[in-house]
Amino acid sequence: MLSRLPQGALKNAARNVNASRSAVRARFASTTSGSSSAFQTFLNSRAALASATLATVGSVAWYAHLYGSLPFFPEVHANSPAEEGLHPPQYPWSHKGLLDSFDHASIRRGYQVYREVCAACHSLDRIAWRNLVGVSHTADEVKVMAEEVEYEDGPNDQGEMFQRPGKLSDYMPPPYPNEEAARSSNGGALPPDLSLIVKARHGGPDYIFALLTGYTEPPAGFEIRDGMNYNAYFPGNAISMARVLFDGLVEYEDGTSATTSQMAKDVVTFLNWAAEPEHDERKKAGLKAVILFSALTAISLYVKRYKWSYIKSRKIRKCCLVD
Amino acid sequence: MSIANTFYNVFVKRNSVYVTTIFAGAFAFGVGFDLGVTSFWDRWNQGKQWKDIRHKYVEAESD
Ligand code: HEC
Repeated sequence: MLSRLPQGALKNAARNVNASRSAVRARFASTTSGSSSAFQTFLNSRAALASATLATVGSVAWYAHLYGSLPFFPEVHANSPAEEGLHPPQYPWSHKGLLDSFDHASIRRGYQVYREVCAACHSLDRIAWRNLVGVSHTADEVKVMAEEVEYEDGPNDQGEMFQRPGKLSDYMPPPYPNEEAARSSNGGALPPDLSLIVKARHGGPDYIFALLTGYTEPPAGFEIRDGMNYNAYFPGNAISMARVLFDGLVEYEDGTSATTSQMAKDVVTFLNWAAEPEHDERKKAGLKAVILFSALTAISLYVKRYKWSYIKSRKIRKCCLVD
Repeated sequence: MSIANTFYNVFVKRNSVYVTTIFAGAFAFGVGFDLGVTSFWDRWNQGKQWKDIRHKYVEAESD
């Protein structure tokens, strides 16, 4: 099966020899030989075509990535770029690298910030008390925290609903009974559930950190309605949530000084954990997968070369192939 | 050569032994690989994981 390849090649070569023997000089290249023609041959080659295409596509993609639009296609926007929200800077999160786990002390502080500040307005529907066990708190601590909250349960054997203290299996209590209550307490704006907010926003943790720490006075000429607040990172720049984090707002049990940016960092780390509780295991499994698959790739490359070495080093005797 | 022969005679000759060797080897490799990766992971992320800070809060419970 494989012997066909060199066989065909040899036939071609044989034909070449025959052709040059006859008076007509047959040329199998599109150009004459010579130093300039090497360049010509390159120009006509597929490699040249492929690399020119690659260079074109690459530079257009690079331009689009850098400037956000295609070159030579001017666009008109009613908004200024600032109104779509300033891009957040990239922060050096402790869990940013491919092999970096969450900083669990930060998750613990972040939970405290969520509980003491954000929980007044934002629910955290998808996190149950039990999820904190072994992540930021011990089981005994979480049991005590859950018991402080009353949950409705039932019906009992008289068919009535009753109140009971929370258990590990209960989910985090919402601040408002329903969306309408949440809106009417917040000037019509719904404070979104924070369970998946880090995944749900472009820029992820960087955006939320920038949002929480990015409140400023509106620039001159920017009209802002009553009850709205200026934030350059929020799309539209006017957000219903006022600045909530101020230096010294909470008191950390581990003695970390509670500056605005420290609290923002901790609460965002906590929310990042809430959105990706599998994060640490995922990165560890990724490390294992990379090691195993690169070993398997190396082995299969070696085996391929080993098996093919016999086929590739055969000698084919010319005498017998020319007919 | 003799090592290869010994290997063949001890592990490969009888299919029952061969299959058992493969299964036991896979199990042992799985455990060893996991231990290795975990020790690297724990060193790389020293002080950040729950098991590194757990003692602070468990001790507080007991007294
Ligand atoms: C006083 C109530 C209140 C508190 C406290 C509060 N928020 Fe909000 N939050 C809101 C409201 C209202 C919105 C909706 C804003 C809008 O859509 O204009 C919001 C929106 C958000 C958003 C979504 C922004 C977006 O891009 O849509 C995030 C993220 C957020 N809050 C995080 C937090 C965090 C973290 C805390 C605690 C540090 C917190 N909030 C505390 C009321 C609050």
